[in-house]
Amino acid sequence: MSDSNNDIKLVDAPDGISGAGFFATSFEKVIGLARKHSLWPLPFATSCCGIEYMATMGSNYDISRFGSERPSFSPRQADILMVMGTIAKKMGPVVKQVYEQMAEPRWVIAVGACASSGGIFDTYSVLQGIDRVVPVDVYVPGCPPRPEQILDGLMRVQDLAENESLRRRNSPEYQALLASYNIK
Amino acid sequence: MELTNENVLGKIISKFGEENIWDAFSPDGIMTITTNRASIIELIQYLREDKELDISFLTTMCGIHYPDFKDKELCVMYQLHSLRHNYRIRIKVFMPATDAVMPTLTNLYSAANWMERETFDFYGVQFTGHPNLTRILNIEEMEYHPMLKQYPLEDQTREDKIDTFFGR
Repeated sequence: MSDSNNDIKLVDAPDGISGAGFFATSFEKVIGLARKHSLWPLPFATSCCGIEYMATMGSNYDISRFGSERPSFSPRQADILMVMGTIAKKMGPVVKQVYEQMAEPRWVIAVGACASSGGIFDTYSVLQGIDRVVPVDVYVPGCPPRPEQILDGLMRVQDLAENESLRRRNSPEYQALLASYNIK
Repeated sequence: MELTNENVLGKIISKFGEENIWDAFSPDGIMTITTNRASIIELIQYLREDKELDISFLTTMCGIHYPDFKDKELCVMYQLHSLRHNYRIRIKVFMPATDAVMPTLTNLYSAANWMERETFDFYGVQFTGHPNLTRILNIEEMEYHPMLKQYPLEDQTREDKIDTFFGR
C-alpha cells in the first residue's frame, strides 16, 4: 500500500497545548500558518523575469507546492505582488494602482535586477527600482534569476507571513510607511 | 529603367534644381541627399508619383541632433524605399535648434503620423499640420525632449554608481 501517510508532507502544528480532543494555541500562529501555505501571487511580469516565472509555474519547479496554486492576474484575493521585469516610469503608476487595489495583508517581491534597482537600464525612462513606488518585502537578485531563486524569494515571504503579528498592519510604523508612499 | 544613385540624383536635380538638392553621398550604399524645408514634401511626393522612380514606401523617419553643427543642430531624416526596384534613398533636412519646425508628411503617408509624434517626443520638432502632435512614448509629464544631447542619458537619481563603490 503506497497511500500511507509517510508519503505526505504535513506541516508541523504550531506550539500549543494539546489534550484529549482539543488543541489550544494562539490565533496569531494559526492564521500565520494558514497564510503561509496559501500565498496567492499576482504576477506583474513585464520582461524576461516573467519568462522565468512561467518556468517556476511549470511542472518542473511547480510553485503550487508552496500553496501559490492560483496566480491571479487581478488584485482580487491576491496576497503577493510579484513584479518581474523592467518597470518604465510610464508603468510606475500602474504598479502602484495594482498595489493599492490589493487587500491587506499584502506582500511585494521585486524579482530580478530591473525591478529591484533598474538593473542595467540606467536611463531617464526607467524607474530605478519599484521601491520608489511601492514598499518591497523581498528582493530577488539575478538577471534573470533562476526559478529556484524565485521560489526562494517566495519562501522568504512565507517566513514573513508566518511570523507576522496580527497587529502589524495597524501599527503606526506601517501606516507611516504607507504614508511615505502616499498610499491612502 | 534600372535605378542607380546617379540617374535618380540626375532626375531629382533636373526637377528641383541644384539650389534645393545638395550634399549627395553614399556612406553605406544608400544615397543620402540634403534638401530644405520648402522642397521636402514636394520631393517625397515626386519620388512617389513619378512612374519611373516609384519610390512609394516610407521605411522610417526620425530626428537627429548634431550639437556641434552651427545653425543646423537639428535634422529630420527620411528613408524611402522603392519596393518595385528594391532601391533605397535617404533624405535629410537640417534646421537650427531655435527653429525646429517641419511640414507634416501625414497627408502623403499615414505611417508618418506616429513617426512624427516620436520625433516630436524625443527631439521637440514641431510638425505643422500634424493632426495630433502629442507625446507617444514618454510620460506626458516629461518637461524636456530626452534625446537632445544636452540632457544626460542616465537617470540622475541612481545611488549605486557613485565612485566609492569603484575605489575611486
